[in-house]
Amino acid sequence: MRGQYMRMAEVPIDIDHVAKLARIELTEEEAARFSSQFSRLFEFIDELAQLDVSAIPATAQVIPRINVLRADEVRPSIGTDAALENAPDREGPYFKTPRILE
Amino acid sequence: MRTGHEIREAIARKQTSALEVVEQALESAGRLETELHAYIRLLPERARIKAREIDAAVTRGDKLGPLAGVPIAVKDIFTVAGEIATAGSKILENFRSPYSATVVEKLERAGAVIIGKTNMDEFAMGSSCENSAFFPTRNPWDVTRVPGGSSGGSAATVGAGTVPIGLGTDTGGSIREPASFCNIVGVKPTYGRVSRFGMIAFASSLDQAGPMTADVRDAAQTLEVIAGFDEFDSTSVDVPVSDYTAALRDDLSGVRVGIVAEFEAEIGASDPALAALYKAAYADLERLGATLVEVHLPHARYGLATYYLIAPAECSSNLARYDGARYGRRVQNGGDVFEMFERTRAAGFGDEVKRRIILGTYALSAGYYDAYYVRAQKIRTLIKRDFDTSFAACDVIACPAVSCAPFELGQKMQDPVSMYLMDYFTIPMSLAGIPALSVPAGYVTGLPVGLQIVAPAFEEARMLGIAHAYEAATGHARRREPPLAGAAR
Repeated sequence: MRGQYMRMAEVPIDIDHVAKLARIELTEEEAARFSSQFSRLFEFIDELAQLDVSAIPATAQVIPRINVLRADEVRPSIGTDAALENAPDREGPYFKTPRILE
Repeated sequence: MRTGHEIREAIARKQTSALEVVEQALESAGRLETELHAYIRLLPERARIKAREIDAAVTRGDKLGPLAGVPIAVKDIFTVAGEIATAGSKILENFRSPYSATVVEKLERAGAVIIGKTNMDEFAMGSSCENSAFFPTRNPWDVTRVPGGSSGGSAATVGAGTVPIGLGTDTGGSIREPASFCNIVGVKPTYGRVSRFGMIAFASSLDQAGPMTADVRDAAQTLEVIAGFDEFDSTSVDVPVSDYTAALRDDLSGVRVGIVAEFEAEIGASDPALAALYKAAYADLERLGATLVEVHLPHARYGLATYYLIAPAECSSNLARYDGARYGRRVQNGGDVFEMFERTRAAGFGDEVKRRIILGTYALSAGYYDAYYVRAQKIRTLIKRDFDTSFAACDVIACPAVSCAPFELGQKMQDPVSMYLMDYFTIPMSLAGIPALSVPAGYVTGLPVGLQIVAPAFEEARMLGIAHAYEAATGHARRREPPLAGAAR
């Protein structure tokens, strides 16, 4: 397992592609600065390569609760107007954004 | 008069009024603000209305809540109905919440009076409060130094004595580190102990709200008020809330305190003065009747690396909601909807938030998910198991809360990894989901330092009881006042 670890510091990060996935427009200066800061962090994270974890189960969360459900019934809620109060743009009872589908 | 329990007592006995107490707190907050910068927003009108309600209840002879008339400060990550909640970010600069967080409702129902919303690192990402999009908060013990973070505003205002109780959140140390830096008590409860409803999310498997207070009794009382199951938070756990104040004790006979061999080696090598201070704290615990036992957390050293995969991954998912479509800031400039997303997020988020979103997006992206994110989750399992093993041999663990005294503003801002290292001793408990607190433990070159006490899941009563005995015997915070002190005491 140890041999299979892909060292983060050795894999070049295509920061423009990742920023695109994250929907954040980066300036060239930001992209360069973050890349160099990441390379130090990745060396640090690569310490995790020292451990053999092949037989260890993953922990996604620490409490023994799954699929918490409630009865499917109508309850009072804040209502359309309160929900739209912070909308950057609205039209009637809707949020308004630039066109998504042509 | 400085603790919450003293204030409540004085109001109940009609020695003072809630309004008088609130006016003093507002005056103190306002006077210190030019140097401390603890508040993003004071709420004087709301506070006066609530205080008058308490005074009317006193006059009528009503049964008073456990925090009746106690002025408190709330981190700006919690929503208060009708008020702005920024989470320290430009993207929420004008966001007015239509509802209150469950913890805010519980505190107000208990009679607490919110005087303001406190400064924080943007979206709780940081250890110095310098990542606030608005301004950095200063440390009341030395205004050239940071108060810690991310709950730095709450720590600074409680540390200065303006209010006895603040509300914070802790994802990797954001309550315990600033509590240590500002000489107050800070409690991170068990994951699931306190509702997260109305608490703006950073890393959902780690975030937890908790009290930051003048003393352990106030922490116990506040936790008793805010803890408990909430049907609006599916990760809150339905375990009965103990009577934490009844669990406060004055001796430690029969208590086994675990001392972590790996942590002692680490701090002994990095800061001998701090290591000596902690050794003295363990000796104090022994004098109170505790037995010290050596325990091992062999995987704790991987905590930071593990955390910096898991927390950014969760944050990249949580913060996807800030897209300019439904609330918060929007930057459009005539582009299509994707350009609107990208420009809104470019303008709305600061450096650290962008860094973490990009790091998390990378860790979760195709080809890297198993290599990095799943590996981190497996190591999280190992870290949690270490604690399970240790708690078979001890009742609580005592260890450093911090690896240094409060540092100077600007010192770590150019090097994110050096900032991340601040949470070395607090992150393993967050990953394990177990409760931990910081209690004042003395001073290094005149600056305060906290001792961390850690307990198994849902054993907050035990943890607070032991912290109370230590605080009562040592009284480190009572011995000195910060240069920037809030009220005439």
